[in-house]
Amino acid sequence: MTVARFWRKIPQRYNLIGTKCETCGRHFFPPRTFCPDCRRTGKIVDHKFAGFGTVVTYSVIQTEPDQFASPGPYVLAIIRLDEGPQMTSQVVCDPKDAKIGMRVRAVFRKIATDGESGIIHYGTKFVPVE
Amino acid sequence: MRDVAVIGIGCTKFGEHWERSFRDLFVEAGAIALEDAQMSGEKIDAMYVGNMSAGRFIEQEHIGALIADYAGVATRHITATRVEAACASGGLAFRQAVIAVASGMEDIVVAAGVEKMTDVEPGASTDALTGAADREWEGFVGATFPGLYAMIATDYMHKYKMTREQLAQVAVKNHYNGARNPIAQFPSEITLDTVMKSTMVAAPLRLFDCSPITDGAAAVIVAPLDRAKEFTDTPIKVLATAQASDSIALHDRRDISTLDASVAAGQRAFKMAKLTNKDIDMVEVHDCFSIAEICAIEDLGFCKKGTAGKFTADGETALGGKIPVNTSGGLKACGHPVGATGIKQVCEIVTQLRGDAGKRQVDGAKIGMTHNVGGTGATVAVHILGRL
Ligand SMILES: [Zn+2]
Repeated sequence: MTVARFWRKIPQRYNLIGTKCETCGRHFFPPRTFCPDCRRTGKIVDHKFAGFGTVVTYSVIQTEPDQFASPGPYVLAIIRLDEGPQMTSQVVCDPKDAKIGMRVRAVFRKIATDGESGIIHYGTKFVPVE
Repeated sequence: MRDVAVIGIGCTKFGEHWERSFRDLFVEAGAIALEDAQMSGEKIDAMYVGNMSAGRFIEQEHIGALIADYAGVATRHITATRVEAACASGGLAFRQAVIAVASGMEDIVVAAGVEKMTDVEPGASTDALTGAADREWEGFVGATFPGLYAMIATDYMHKYKMTREQLAQVAVKNHYNGARNPIAQFPSEITLDTVMKSTMVAAPLRLFDCSPITDGAAAVIVAPLDRAKEFTDTPIKVLATAQASDSIALHDRRDISTLDASVAAGQRAFKMAKLTNKDIDMVEVHDCFSIAEICAIEDLGFCKKGTAGKFTADGETALGGKIPVNTSGGLKACGHPVGATGIKQVCEIVTQLRGDAGKRQVDGAKIGMTHNVGGTGATVAVHILGRL
């Protein structure tokens, strides 16, 4: 991944800034610049999400060196943000504690180290709400 | 629109072909299909080639021209087009070939699919496959392909209480069928224990829930139905072709464990063929992971939502069951060279309809169906084929 490709997504990735359609009130994260409901009558503006949500579903990604090289184990999840949209992220917790319906909040974390360039990518992960 | 028939089929053996190149594979599949149709390449008017990621797998693009060239038809300057929709590339290539003939624009058309996946490290091939999902908002945050389907499985098992053992029966059944298919990558039977004790990849999915990395190619030749008898005594009629799309990311779906694109494509295909699921004698579905087969047979209407685990464990999808599913061994046991899979599904149904499927033959097979999925369900192609 080039630096520019990651850099232009920094506001969204670091600060959970998505978009909102002022015409119908629907929120988008990941952000969209076109409202599928209102189409040309939609008015899209930036929206900072509060960062609270609920786990819809999840998986524990394991290390599988032969076929599936991954820095596991980690909890991959789909999270429904309180404002409505769903996003894919990781939940930083003991894999045994992961469950459907658990409340989580967004935190700023390292996501990955780029193999070739060694650039460290940061972004949003989630932690359980105490 | 004209009626369209399949007049020739060809498939390489699926597997890890260290000794053979991308070019060798599609040339072999094409030659088998031409031989099957008792035809020379000079009759071909056009080619559609399903290929997901030659750019990532062998650093080659411009696959349409390459294939026409090495198939020996480039000097006639035929139409040669690559079609890409991730793992559904083959299904879409077949659909484009059918549309070309149905429209009257072309007469004799080859639909092929090819993927050479083992020329890169396993990590690189897995990463290339992640491009079938949303790279920016799934792949970059750590979603592997098994991980995405595992999230479908978690959701499904939570909602419908399917057991882990019922899910494993999908793989056991597909290996049983694969053991009866000469082109299968894994022509060996397995037990429930094999699945349950295999390495955990992405909980709840284990290694034997996952289709493998495969090299392979497949080709079929389609022609106007009224010309089919020039080439074969057993033309197989294309009764329906349908395609549907959905959100690229799993998190944007209406329901995590329903592939709405499968539902839509299935309904369109049944409507076009004026048939229902009760008319289908066997179906090849896209079991890239065991859970995908569970969702597919429900989404296509072969059993009610939430019941596919029991349906499978009861043997209803096995040979001799109510609706044999994946008689080829499916993606799991036959292998999954992504761009070729949709074409191989058509080859399997044609083989069944001709009565040539040997030990995996479905008795009296008259009508069959194929179901090919791209990504986690962002593209689905469904076809219905029938014996005359
Ligand atoms: Zn709107």
